Amino acid sequence: MFKQAAWLGWEMESNWTEPGLFLIYSIIKPVAGAFILVLMSYVALFLGTGNQDLGKSAQFAYLFVGNAFFIYVANVLFGCFQVIQADREWYQTIRYVYMSPINFYTYIVGRAASKVLIATIATAVTLAFGVFALHINLTMSLWDIPLFFAVMMIGLLCIIAIGLCLAGLSFLTAKHTHGLAEGIPGLFYLFCGVIFPLSVLPGWGQSVGKALPITYWLEALRRLVLPGSQIAQVSTGLEQADLAVILALLVVSTAFFFLLSILLFRLTEYLARKAGLVDMMTNY
Amino acid sequence: MSDPGFFQLNVRALLGRSYPRVVGGMRELSWIFFETVLPLLSIAAYVFIYKAFLRPNPSPDQLNMVNALIGYVVIGGTMTAFWLNVLWSMASQLYWEKEVGNLQLYMMAPMSRMALLGGMAVGGMFMTSTRAITTLVVGVFIFSIVITITNPLLILAVFFVTLIALYGMGMMFASLYLLYGREAWNLSALMEEPIFLLSGFYFPVKALGQAVAIGASIIPATLGLDALRQLMFSGGGPGSQFYFFSPELELAVLCVLAAVFLVLAKLSLAYLEKLAKREGRLTTRHQ
Repeated sequence: MFKQAAWLGWEMESNWTEPGLFLIYSIIKPVAGAFILVLMSYVALFLGTGNQDLGKSAQFAYLFVGNAFFIYVANVLFGCFQVIQADREWYQTIRYVYMSPINFYTYIVGRAASKVLIATIATAVTLAFGVFALHINLTMSLWDIPLFFAVMMIGLLCIIAIGLCLAGLSFLTAKHTHGLAEGIPGLFYLFCGVIFPLSVLPGWGQSVGKALPITYWLEALRRLVLPGSQIAQVSTGLEQADLAVILALLVVSTAFFFLLSILLFRLTEYLARKAGLVDMMTNY
Repeated sequence: MSDPGFFQLNVRALLGRSYPRVVGGMRELSWIFFETVLPLLSIAAYVFIYKAFLRPNPSPDQLNMVNALIGYVVIGGTMTAFWLNVLWSMASQLYWEKEVGNLQLYMMAPMSRMALLGGMAVGGMFMTSTRAITTLVVGVFIFSIVITITNPLLILAVFFVTLIALYGMGMMFASLYLLYGREAWNLSALMEEPIFLLSGFYFPVKALGQAVAIGASIIPATLGLDALRQLMFSGGGPGSQFYFFSPELELAVLCVLAAVFLVLAKLSLAYLEKLAKREGRLTTRHQ
C-alpha cells in the first residue's frame, strides 16, 4: 500500500511530467536557493572584510550545510500536509481514496515519500556543489557514518510527524495549503539556526529555536559532517551541549511529535467525519 | 440597450476581470495574514544572514552598509510578492481557466483577449500592492531601516514601469503556458528561486558579474530592484562597486521592456487563438 501511495505521490507531484524533466525541475529550485545564499554571503564577506574566499569561512560552511539539509524540511513538510487539500479540492479524489482499504495515515506518508527522494537528490547535488565548487570542507570518520544515517532517519521521522500533524489540521481548514507551505517552513527557517547561528537571534527567538527539534537535527548533522575546528569558530548558541545531549533531545522531541501526529491525526479525522468535512469543497 | 462601442466593451471587460481580484483579495482574512506576515519570516531569515556576517563591533560605515543590505532584502522580499503573483495569477491563469472550463467562454466573448489579461493584471497589481506595501512598511519598521529618498518621482516612475513590464511579461507567459499544458505548474515552480537568484532579489545583482546581470535584465525585476535600491539607499549603500547602471538608464530600458512584452503578449495571444480555432484542443481539460 505504501509503495502504491509513493508511486502515486511521484506522479501527482510531477503533474505527470516526464520523470527526468521533473527531477531537473526539482533539483534546480533548491540549488538556486543555495546560490542565493552563496551570493549573499559573498557580498557580506567582501564588504565586511574584503575576503572573497567563501570556502574558508566557518560561518559560510555553517549556513551552507544547514541550508542544504533544510531542503528536506521544506519538501517533506509540504509533501505531507498538502495531500488532503490537493485530493479534496483540486483532484476531488479524496472520497475514493478514503473509502479504499489503505490506511489514510500510511497513504499520506507514502505520498510524501516522493518528496523524500527528490530532497535527497537535491541535497546531495547542493552539498557536492559546495564541496567541489566552493571548497567547503566536509569530513566524516567511518565510525560516524552509521550515526549520520541514524540521525537522518530520526530527523526525517520527525519532519514527517510534524507534517502529519499539519495534515490532520488541514482536514478541518479551508484552502490554507500555500499559507502553511510558506509559514511553517518559514518559522523553522528563521528559528532553527538554519542559515545563521541561533546566537544571532534575540533571547526569546533563541528560546523558540531551542524548543524545536529541527534545531537539534541540524546541529547534530553539522557536527557530524563539518570539521570540529570549523564548528568551534561559530557561536552556535548550542556549543555547551555535547553531541549525546543533542541526540537525546532530538530523539525525545521526535518521539513526542510522532505520538502527537497519531493522536492529532485520529482526532481531526474523527472531527472531520463527524462534521462531514472529509470531502468538503470550499470552491475558492 | 445599445451595444457598447469597442473601447467601452474592452474597458468593461478589463474592469470586470479585475473586479474578482480586487474584491476577492479582501474576502478571506486569513489569506491577508498569510500574504503579509509570512513573507516577513523569510525576509527576517535573510536579514539575519547579513547581521551574522557583519556582527562583531561594526564601524559606522559597516552599520550603514548593513542597513543598506537589510534594506535590499526587504525591498527584494516585497518584490517577490509581485513576481509570485505574475507567475501564479497571470502566467498560469489561462491554464487554470482552461482546467475549470472558462477558457472557451473567454474565446467566444466579443471583447479583446488583451482586455481580459489586462484586467487580470490590474486586479493582481492592486491585490498584491496591498500586501506588498504592508510587508514593506512592517519590514522597514521592524528592522529599523533608514531610507534616504532623494528623487521620489523617479522612484514612483521606476516602480510603476517595473510593474507594467512584469505584468506584461506575465501576459505573454499566459499564452505560452497554455501551449505547454501540464508543464505550466512546473514552469511556474521553476521560475521562483532561479529568478530570485538571477534578478538579485536579496543581494545586489552585480555580484553575479556584469555579463550575467545584463542577461538577467530581460526580467524587469532585475533593473527595477537595482534602480529602486540606488534611489532609496544613495546615502549609505554598499558603494558604487555593486551598482549596475544609472537609475535613469534602467528606467529607460524598463520602458522598452514594458512595450516589448505587451506587444509580444498580443502576438502570442493571437497565435493561441489561431491555434485554438485550428486544432480545437486547447479547451480540452487535463492535457
